[in-house]
Amino acid sequence: MSDKKSLIEKLHDIQDHHPDHHYLPENEMMTLAESDRVPPSKVFGVATFYTMFSTKPRGKHIIRICENQTCHMAAAKDMINHLQDLLDIEIGETTADGLFTLELSSCLGMCSVAPSMMIDEMPFGNLTYEKIDKIIQQLKGGTR
Amino acid sequence: MKFYRSHVLVAEDTKSLLIGAKRIEEALMESIQRFGLQDEIRVIPTGSLGYEDQGVAVAVYPEGIVYCPVTLEKIPHIVEEHLLKGRVVSSLLAPLKNQNISKGTYETQYIKDIQQRLVLENVGIINPESIDEYIARDGYVALEKALFSMKPEDIIQEVKTSELRGRGGAGFPTGMKWDFTAKSINDMKYVICNADEGEPGTFKDREIMEGDPHKLLEGMLLAGYATGGKIGYIYIRGEYDLSIRRLEKAIQDARQYGLLGDHILGSSFSFDIFVHKGAGAYVCGEETALIESIEGKRGEPRKKPPYPPTAGLWMKPTVVNNVETLANIPMIITKGGNWYKTIGVEGSRGTKLFSLMGDLNWKGVVEIPFGTTIGDIVNNIGHGIKDDKKLKGIILGGSSGFLILPSEMNTPVDFQSLARIEAGPGSGSIVAMDESRCIVDMLLNIAEFFRHESCGKCTPCRVGNDQIVHVLERIAGGEGKPEDITTLEELAKTMNNTSFCPLGQAAPNILVQALKKFREEILVHIHEKKCLVHACPFEAVSLEE
Repeated sequence: MSDKKSLIEKLHDIQDHHPDHHYLPENEMMTLAESDRVPPSKVFGVATFYTMFSTKPRGKHIIRICENQTCHMAAAKDMINHLQDLLDIEIGETTADGLFTLELSSCLGMCSVAPSMMIDEMPFGNLTYEKIDKIIQQLKGGTR
Repeated sequence: MKFYRSHVLVAEDTKSLLIGAKRIEEALMESIQRFGLQDEIRVIPTGSLGYEDQGVAVAVYPEGIVYCPVTLEKIPHIVEEHLLKGRVVSSLLAPLKNQNISKGTYETQYIKDIQQRLVLENVGIINPESIDEYIARDGYVALEKALFSMKPEDIIQEVKTSELRGRGGAGFPTGMKWDFTAKSINDMKYVICNADEGEPGTFKDREIMEGDPHKLLEGMLLAGYATGGKIGYIYIRGEYDLSIRRLEKAIQDARQYGLLGDHILGSSFSFDIFVHKGAGAYVCGEETALIESIEGKRGEPRKKPPYPPTAGLWMKPTVVNNVETLANIPMIITKGGNWYKTIGVEGSRGTKLFSLMGDLNWKGVVEIPFGTTIGDIVNNIGHGIKDDKKLKGIILGGSSGFLILPSEMNTPVDFQSLARIEAGPGSGSIVAMDESRCIVDMLLNIAEFFRHESCGKCTPCRVGNDQIVHVLERIAGGEGKPEDITTLEELAKTMNNTSFCPLGQAAPNILVQALKKFREEILVHIHEKKCLVHACPFEAVSLEE
């Protein structure tokens, strides 16, 4: 039955305990492997399979931008380049102030308002350079 | 109960919320209070009204008028003119071509011309967070009918009679799937709803979950009752935040009303539903990979057989159905399989949801009866190609779907007709490409997607997708070789024949069709080092020089 938490749910719990870095620290995964009596390779195998988990510390805000089909047709590449310039990081990297991590996402299901991205749980669509600037500026200022 | 003379519905789906729909709702209420109309007019949040690419949409009933885009500045005017004085503000109506506004019925307003909204009957009409509103629209009537006047085998017979086929892409007869599960004897069985909608360009299931979550719950309850399932899981992508919240609210309310849990409505049937959030993996849309993921493992597909109806979650008999499939069930039980069969065409009964996007004038989710032609969907609902450009082709059914040429637009959308042009409805997405799109560029984008999403379990998919990217990069970079065409064909054939799961097998679908249908264009890239629409990297370089 469903009363027992699955490994994925436990990993979600660990990652949620690091809201400033959104990642799975190695020692905590080792502890989980021990307490669950499963090989560490299994825990690491699951942790590295899913894109929502990270074994490296990430920024406070995770930007997931889509570059699939429809967003691609709506010039998502330009938006990605703009974000990279604005934040001065490449895909997969975190800004020096630890505020943002930039990731590519597969389709976010917001194709009718492409190009689109999500920051943490918040979706954004019909992106333009100006819109991106404004969103990033607001997050830097601490307002949502 | 209070009686209101008007109901004002604000579209509050994900896309509308992100452009300020909540603020519009608040401002409407403030304005209505200022005019002292709060006892006469009720403001209600609802699902998508179909205008989210143009702005926040607000519908006023009983007139059935849709205003869009509604901004804060326009609200006092709309409230004063329409709600106070009863005059429709024609200048602020939803802007759409070919719309007969004078009729003013909600059907015409709703881009409904050729739509038949059955699965989406409540979306944009009720407040998705209110179980009472679902019940008031005959919600949970099918469940009651099933529990008190039908045996589980009657339910399965009704679904078989309806000839409902799975809406996830494969089109397997739902009644048969349920029958297999019902006949597997076990003390524990599960019902899984596949809500992992990850196929690029597909967002139809989101419309159901955000706009009418109880319909999905009712479909799952009926599946549980018919097959002997006791627990239901909704496996949903983590990115669908609003869907998750609305489903969880719906489950909570259903439990409180005795519609979930032990002895549902006082009967001997017990069933509960849990939402299971995915962690980001395209391959988990494949049913056995999805099952592995619920069990907490890497989402790698299992060997089949055994199929889930015999040995699924925790090796127990399991029904896995798509969101849309399950949302069809309540009406089949309420109105009967024979009624359902009157909709659609031979071999493809009922309606189909499509998400429309790309270079179209109107984008969003539509519901059409099977048998409607692709051209009708694109021209009558999508209002044709943007900026008066010409249509180059359609990507139907997602990145592992099919390419449709302008000459094939008269093909009806149903399983058999599409099979004749080597296609199918797939995941239910329609991406229109105008004449300025380069086929090599599109293929490369699709190939990069599959390279990233291959789970890596089997070699043909893991290595094949990587090789396809390399060859396409070469062609797009102006360094294509004549033998590249054969290389691509061989790679595609190998992947199709030898990949472990349907995702790897289907990954080169579009490529194979492009090599036939747009062969000339690809050859020009290779032999003349030219991109006819100037979209490829080498063209960009030469233009800059």
